[in-house]
Amino acid sequence: MSGFDPSLAAGLALGLLAAGVRLAVPTLLAALGEIVTERAGVLNLGLEGVMLAGALAGFVATGAAEHAPALAGAGLAPWLGLGAGALAGSAMGLVMAALSVWLRADQVVAGIMLVALGQGITTYVYREVYGSLTARVVPLAPVTLPRLPGVPAQDPATWLALLLVGAVWLLLFRTGWGLAVRAAGEHPAAADTAGIDVARTRCAAVLLGSALAGLGGAVLTVAQLGLFREGVTAGRGWIAVALVIFARWRPGRALAGALLFGCATALQFRLQALDLPWLPYEALLALPYLLTLLALLRARGGDQAPAALGTPYAKG
Amino acid sequence: MIRALVAPLAGAAVGLLIGAAIIAASGTDPLVAYRGLVEGALGGPRQLTETALKATPLLTVGLGLTVAFRCRIWNIGAEGQYLAGALAGTTVGLLGQASLPAWALVPLMLAAGLAGGAAWAGLAAWLRLRFGVSEIIATIMLNFVAADAVSYLTRGPLREPGSYLPQTARLEGPARLPTLPGTRLHLGVLLAVVLVPAVHVLLWRTVRGFRLRAIGAAPGVAAAAGMDVAAGIAFALLCSGALAGLAGVVEVSAVQGRLKDGAAADYGFAAILVALLGRLHPAGVLVAAFLFAVLTIGAQAMHSALGLPVALSQVLQVGVILVALVADALARRRTAAG
Amino acid sequence: MAGDPEGALVELRGITKRFPGGTLANDAIDLDLRRGEILALLGENGAGKSTLMGVLYGLLRPDAGEIRLRGEPVRFRSPRDAIRHGLGMVHQHFMLVPTFTVAENFVLGRPSPRWPLLEDRRAVAARIAGLARRHGLAVDPDARVDRLSVGQQQRVEILKALYRGAEILILDEPTAVLTPQEADELLAVLRGLAAAGRSVVFISHKLDEVLRVADRVAVLRDGRLVATLPAGSTSAPELGRLMVGREVRPSAAARSGERGEPRLVLESVAAADDRGVAALRGVDLRVHAGDIVGLAGVDGNGQRELEEVVAGLRPVLEGRVLLAGRDATAAPVRERLAAGLGYVPSDRHGRALLRDASLADNLVLERVGRSPFSRAGLLDRAAIARHARRLVAAFGVRPAAVDSPAGRLSGGNAQKLVLARALSRDPSVLLVCQPTRGVDLGAVERLHAEILRRLDAGAAILLISTELSEVMALADRILVLYEGRIAGERAGTAATAEELGPLMGGRRAEPARAA
Repeated sequence: MSGFDPSLAAGLALGLLAAGVRLAVPTLLAALGEIVTERAGVLNLGLEGVMLAGALAGFVATGAAEHAPALAGAGLAPWLGLGAGALAGSAMGLVMAALSVWLRADQVVAGIMLVALGQGITTYVYREVYGSLTARVVPLAPVTLPRLPGVPAQDPATWLALLLVGAVWLLLFRTGWGLAVRAAGEHPAAADTAGIDVARTRCAAVLLGSALAGLGGAVLTVAQLGLFREGVTAGRGWIAVALVIFARWRPGRALAGALLFGCATALQFRLQALDLPWLPYEALLALPYLLTLLALLRARGGDQAPAALGTPYAKG
Repeated sequence: MIRALVAPLAGAAVGLLIGAAIIAASGTDPLVAYRGLVEGALGGPRQLTETALKATPLLTVGLGLTVAFRCRIWNIGAEGQYLAGALAGTTVGLLGQASLPAWALVPLMLAAGLAGGAAWAGLAAWLRLRFGVSEIIATIMLNFVAADAVSYLTRGPLREPGSYLPQTARLEGPARLPTLPGTRLHLGVLLAVVLVPAVHVLLWRTVRGFRLRAIGAAPGVAAAAGMDVAAGIAFALLCSGALAGLAGVVEVSAVQGRLKDGAAADYGFAAILVALLGRLHPAGVLVAAFLFAVLTIGAQAMHSALGLPVALSQVLQVGVILVALVADALARRRTAAG
Repeated sequence: MAGDPEGALVELRGITKRFPGGTLANDAIDLDLRRGEILALLGENGAGKSTLMGVLYGLLRPDAGEIRLRGEPVRFRSPRDAIRHGLGMVHQHFMLVPTFTVAENFVLGRPSPRWPLLEDRRAVAARIAGLARRHGLAVDPDARVDRLSVGQQQRVEILKALYRGAEILILDEPTAVLTPQEADELLAVLRGLAAAGRSVVFISHKLDEVLRVADRVAVLRDGRLVATLPAGSTSAPELGRLMVGREVRPSAAARSGERGEPRLVLESVAAADDRGVAALRGVDLRVHAGDIVGLAGVDGNGQRELEEVVAGLRPVLEGRVLLAGRDATAAPVRERLAAGLGYVPSDRHGRALLRDASLADNLVLERVGRSPFSRAGLLDRAAIARHARRLVAAFGVRPAAVDSPAGRLSGGNAQKLVLARALSRDPSVLLVCQPTRGVDLGAVERLHAEILRRLDAGAAILLISTELSEVMALADRILVLYEGRIAGERAGTAATAEELGPLMGGRRAEPARAA
């Protein structure tokens, strides 16, 4: 390469970062939600199903809202979609909470059920509502931060996600409820004798976590892609589960991990565009999943997991 | 063992009731719909054959997963292992179909399928044992990688010469599994049925199975009793992977005729549901696999006859599982001490 | 003499509690607690003491009976109610979140003035420090609980109860996890609390402690209250008889042991715990054939790691382990068992028994791969059942149905099962850990007798137990484990609690005065 231009490289890197942040958001939101859930001691492996539910609900709600002139005119349609996504996520979370907290069923099995439920219902509903047509909605437009002109424009959902990282951190580590959640996940008996309703706390954590995951799914279809198809989440829910382990159950590290993942995906897209002959397209498709495995090789975070993770709690 | 059969049947009953509600809501008479379902799946020899053919891969993979789940090894990668086995078997079949007789080629293909599936699961086992990576995540990630690999191969090196479709060349003659004369029931069906008692014997009558179940119940106790927990985990993954791979090569060789991109779409995950619905008992898995096949075939019949959505079968399947899971959890709550 | 006989503070009337499975844990118990008194609740394991206090504290709902507090009937639906009424409980297994600081454990579940945010850390710390000073219990509010010693954690638990305004303090086997000297300090604290007008209920199975500090003693046996006496008017033998219903014979008589060759040797063994922190440092140990070596010490000083190192479940960082004369340092568990090791794990449900498996299956866990239990990889269920019936009869395991799940067995019977399994292989080296934890006295005698019988057969026995009386009763030589090191060694017959206590606490101080 003759004449390496540092400003060009910086521009490319910044572009990659900007794209990476955006791509990271759905997975990041799901991981944030799962951190809350697992901190309370509940293992929700159904994230893939929850994200799908949120993705579809958000998409359908946005599509419906776009047909209502009052809402569409005010640009509220996508926001309604995001809200619907979060709600759908909580609905799935309700099922998970019922299975794992109330019925004390095996949480791994319940999580797998949830994925199957999410996949089954979204496939059914999508085909019912849209048939074989490819429906589309208008994705969210990027927005700049007025006081920070150097920072690239991002769609509002991305800013929201970054805000939520801080909010979840605050919630878990600076509030009484967060303390209760962490106690429920580390030593539920101690939380119980301290007067905390472990079951209720865990349910709330599951609902909140699933709402965030549903929001993540909605961001994918409503804010980013503008369309829905079967399996649109393509394993992001599972990657989020891995991300939580990699992040050692801390929101800040989850952000870092998601960014890493997002930038790798952005890189993957750029490499695809270059159409290098020796690099098959499918190998790039497999990149995120291989990367996830790589990240976990070094993680070894099992010993930092909440002590009561995955263990149902029965009083007395 | 009787209790193992109650759950899937009870689940089926309640699930079908829920399904009836959905069907009624969409304007069709549920009784008519279900009649169509039953006739479509069981109405005659042709329908029964279709159902048996549909149930076979679910049963084969489901039995393998039963072994793994009994050891509490959550192998969610049956899809990828199925593909790996299908790939290996197809390759062997394509290479040998011109020169080898069936009695030599078929066992080789089946062996390749077993080996391919086991190897793909073995990757996950290595990641779990050497690096402590959860087998759940490892097997799922490998699912995606396997699907991408098949996609690449069927569009490139293994693509049928002269075709633009992402699929391999056709398997012919000796590379096709023998069938029962006059029917479409192939060797794979027999293998699957034979596996039912085989897995039962493995789990409850052999030393290996005893150890697997002990490791699944309490790995700490198993270790203190001198059992090799790592070997048990490896066996669980390899065995389930091998059976998934077997299902893969059988399906390609006996039913599909070639390996296409996008094969295995739902077998892997559905087999997990089948194993869970069967309460991890081989007899229960047999019933569950049959039930799932009935729902799938029947749903297609309902679709063509009455215009009901095909995806309804998926909803019914999930509904059945959920109900069985809830019933099981409730039953356990009642028997366990407070 | 403390306690106001008129108007008892707490009245329990007709408390009955039955557990699913039929066990009658409490049978129509009537009990009073007076203001400013220390009441000891005495009984052996399984007598119903913890159940009764669980009912009082709102953890359990009684099937019958009522509770009156300060004359008013009360019904506690949860510990929160009990706490609000001025009760506080310090459990045997601490209810402290290990990864939280002391301060965080204090504010857990309490309303915060800055809701929804947590209260300011410094304000909480100041409040805790003040309270600690007032009661003479020193704690560091910002220390993480899992870095505190067991004695310190207990202090935190007591302070926590007092912080919440407890006037009635219930302590469940508080000295089980303390050295004798720490126990003395605790008893002094309790006396101080009683003198200040608080009431204390003290659950214990240790007769001498009860006599030292209690004002009154209530004895429970098989779920029934058999006696309530002033401590001053009774004696240890009488209490022992009331507790058990018959004469209590001390275990073990003098033995004329022939000391053989060293069967188990540890040379400068170092090992780490699960977190990678050093748990064993330079441990040297020898157990000869016909010898029983007792390892005493307070829980948490490396016992679990030592047990796992000997069994083969934990790798050794330095040093060697020799079994029957051969280097077994790197040998897996399987090989050690084959070389003649019999292993009775301390963790009954995490290491010894499969709850849902049958008695028969549990009894062949270690040997299922060999004949006669299997042939060519296939199990011989008849042989397994025969073996089980024989052992169950020989060791008196009840109920004797070999196909029923092991999880239904009581503590004593489960322990008999584990011991039966270990002994059935004729081990030349026996590793016995916490053999009588949670076991009733009748079974304790039986278990000790079986262990000693192996000694006569020439086995080398390493007994790891936090129950000092057990070690003193059985061992020929006593080693004290403190912070992963052998802190001292005494001959079994000559050892006393006064000598061993300081070693267990890491001190070489004068024995504390009994108050």
